[in-house]
Amino acid sequence: MSKKKDTFINMLVALFVITVISGFSLGYVNELTVGPIEKGKIERKVNALKMVLPNFDNNPVADIQLIKSPFAKDSVEVYPAFENNIFVGAAIIGSTEKGFSGLIKLMVGFKPDGSIQNIVVLEQKETPGLGTKIKDEKFLAQFRDKNPPVFNLKVTKDGGEVDALTGATITSRAFGEAVQMAYDEFMKNNGLLIALKN
Amino acid sequence: MAEKVNQTQNFLKGIVKDNPVFVMLLGMCPTLGVTSSAFNGLGMGVATMFVLLMSNIVVSLIKTQIPSKVRIPAFIIIIASFVTIVEMVLEAFVPFLYEQLGIFIPLIVVNCLILGRAEAFASKNNIIAAIVDGIGMGLGFVIALTVLGATREILGSGSFFGFKFVPEDANTFILFILPPGAFIALAYLTVLFNKISTKTT
Repeated sequence: MSKKKDTFINMLVALFVITVISGFSLGYVNELTVGPIEKGKIERKVNALKMVLPNFDNNPVADIQLIKSPFAKDSVEVYPAFENNIFVGAAIIGSTEKGFSGLIKLMVGFKPDGSIQNIVVLEQKETPGLGTKIKDEKFLAQFRDKNPPVFNLKVTKDGGEVDALTGATITSRAFGEAVQMAYDEFMKNNGLLIALKN
Repeated sequence: MAEKVNQTQNFLKGIVKDNPVFVMLLGMCPTLGVTSSAFNGLGMGVATMFVLLMSNIVVSLIKTQIPSKVRIPAFIIIIASFVTIVEMVLEAFVPFLYEQLGIFIPLIVVNCLILGRAEAFASKNNIIAAIVDGIGMGLGFVIALTVLGATREILGSGSFFGFKFVPEDANTFILFILPPGAFIALAYLTVLFNKISTKTT
């Protein structure tokens, strides 16, 4: 078999056939993976909710409140948690575009008094091995049970109380900012969330 | 028999004589970008190896059907399709690795190692030779990335495949997990590799 000649029609047909085949195979694989990907995303969200909130018995995903905020591109997602119809806290998606490589998305769980229950990183594109350490227990532990009015969320370099990650000051700074944003939203909407079940 | 010896050589050249990273210096973007730990290097290497193998097979199968003027766009479409498949499959079934490698997976498309092998080897050889070449080159890439990742991880964070062997707050050469460390580590490893490989051949 010799190589096909470089005629216009040959080139057209070759490229057309290749694009059609690859288009169909991509569509097929997409069909196979779209389910697991969606399921994984929801599962991650539910797992994150379980990690950042105290015990709850409602379904925060169903009770989601979307609140317009000047700090976020679109509305902020707020997941309120109740136990025996008493407000026990809320998880808020805090985000910032000021990470070292753009968007950082966190889920911050607050107790009713505004202190931080726990934080989970949902999305980030930080430098592997440096900025990605915001997901590590060692970094997250310093935020637990802290109340932002008395615990300054800026890094120590900027006069705050957060120990920045070595080699990832920008990431640490952005992280603090995202937490602060989530806190501000929580305090603003605290009354509304408590009123939800009454 | 001659054919067999040929294939062994064909296989080994990707690992030693024409190692894509240490000798040909191809595919530097993922090499320098993701190798901040041994595990990341290994994951990236395996993903690249899979794409390389598949694209080598397909290019070798359809080489006679592609007019030479449009061969580059044709190869790129094939490679890009496989990369997208890898990305979707990883996101669906190995989300942990997907999160680690993140933006570097789409970049496999422009990894010149893959296009280079398609153009220089697979489009001129039969399918068996192309498969052997793909596995050999892929393994060479995996080994290089893992060694580079391990070196940087050991020096930079005092751990190996995530297993820490220094105290939590010990001082390590953070430089090595920062981008400049990648260049320094790669340069010294390349010197070392070429010193050893020229001595033995």
